[in-house]
Amino acid sequence: MSEYNFAYLDEQTKRMIRRAILKGLAVPGYQVPFASREMPMPYGWGTGGVQVSAATLTPDDTFKVIDQGADDTTNAVSIRKFFENTAGVVTTEETEKATVIQTRHRIPEAELTEDQILVYQVPIPEPLRFLEPRETETRKMHALEEYGLMHVKLYEDISQHGAISTSYAYPVKVSGRYVMDPSPIPKFDNPKLEMDAIQLFGAGREQRIYAVPPHTKVVSLDFEDYPFEATKADHPCDLCGAEDSYLDEVIMDDAGNRMFVCSDTDYCRSRRAAGHEGRLAKEDAA
Amino acid sequence: MSAHPQFSGGFANAPIEAAHAFRAAMTVMARPGEIRSIAGARPPKPLSQAAGTLLLTLCDPDTRVFFAGATDTAAVRQWLTFHTGAPIVEASSADFAVGTWADLQRNSNYRIGTPEYPDRSATLIVECETLAQNGTTLTGPGIRDRSQLSLPDVAVFQDNSALYPLGCDFFFTCRDKVAALPRSTQITAGS
Repeated sequence: MSEYNFAYLDEQTKRMIRRAILKGLAVPGYQVPFASREMPMPYGWGTGGVQVSAATLTPDDTFKVIDQGADDTTNAVSIRKFFENTAGVVTTEETEKATVIQTRHRIPEAELTEDQILVYQVPIPEPLRFLEPRETETRKMHALEEYGLMHVKLYEDISQHGAISTSYAYPVKVSGRYVMDPSPIPKFDNPKLEMDAIQLFGAGREQRIYAVPPHTKVVSLDFEDYPFEATKADHPCDLCGAEDSYLDEVIMDDAGNRMFVCSDTDYCRSRRAAGHEGRLAKEDAA
Repeated sequence: MSAHPQFSGGFANAPIEAAHAFRAAMTVMARPGEIRSIAGARPPKPLSQAAGTLLLTLCDPDTRVFFAGATDTAAVRQWLTFHTGAPIVEASSADFAVGTWADLQRNSNYRIGTPEYPDRSATLIVECETLAQNGTTLTGPGIRDRSQLSLPDVAVFQDNSALYPLGCDFFFTCRDKVAALPRSTQITAGS
């Protein structure tokens, strides 16, 4: 622990990130450029989220990391250990006990509170990037609030597939102004973007930070005749029986048997601890 | 008092105190109308503890600072320079401006950002006699329904929010207390 400055980053880097976070909160959904640092993990492994967490954590925090909802996958385990070692913070897997939660591609099922901060790892922060590759142009499009191209994209979805087929990283409009990429969360999570907690987004390789303050209006883009739908697999969880949680599909054998389980491992665990049982709960115990 | 007061009054444990101070600053910027304690720095008069702590938390050689009116003393300049290395500039090029509302108001040319980069705007640290959750009504991002804050002005802040997404952002400091008003907040006089 003493080999590192608190939370790994040097103080000047943290100040630079903190100033970007404050401007991001002042202009919700706007991507603030920042001088992203090399971190001791490769790009694509959450370097943006890690830098935002490092600038946000205090020694009093309880830290939780999830990767696609799970606390026990490689990315989550390594980032949790990183901050245990460099910041000495307490870590937890329980959503309710955490004060800062770093997430890759999910919003926890449990409703977050005023006292919590959710830090997203973002691969491509620019929602218009796959429609317009030039940064100079996308900057201008945001400045002019010129988002027609995004609606064309959603319209083409409908004309080709009969419905808006975008299922993750579904674009939203924040506070009536900026169109924002909510990171690759499933669109099932989009309605939860209006929450009591502070949401911070960090993209390390792309060098952008943005934010959504609590209670900010976040609208998923859609059409009057094709309204936004938060979809999930039409099954209950096979372990805890939850019908309201986002599910992962797991292939069980070569015969095509499969099961659906909560992607949020802490939600599933706490439901099973409270006595809820799904279709395969008994087998799992054995 | 030592012969060189500019050397004292910094953070005793910079990484930890700055982390706590930033969390207070971030919380109030994310929740306009909230008031938090922020402490650690002991700046020379007339700077408040809260304003001094904000400066130590956010300023370094990359940020240009403007001191307005009574805050612009040799002791304050030396203290900021020693602890942060931040260049002291005029209002029109400042990233951070510090002073009472009356002093800050003598300039109207603070940076408001550009349409492509609205983040390149000034943050004003307004020293206040009092800071309370009453007076002006605030609505917008970060606020559940409405909140209240004792703002030193109404019309100027309304004009600033009309520039959105451009505009300045404000911290209000009083002794060891801090509140904030981002440009995204809508302001109505009275409650």
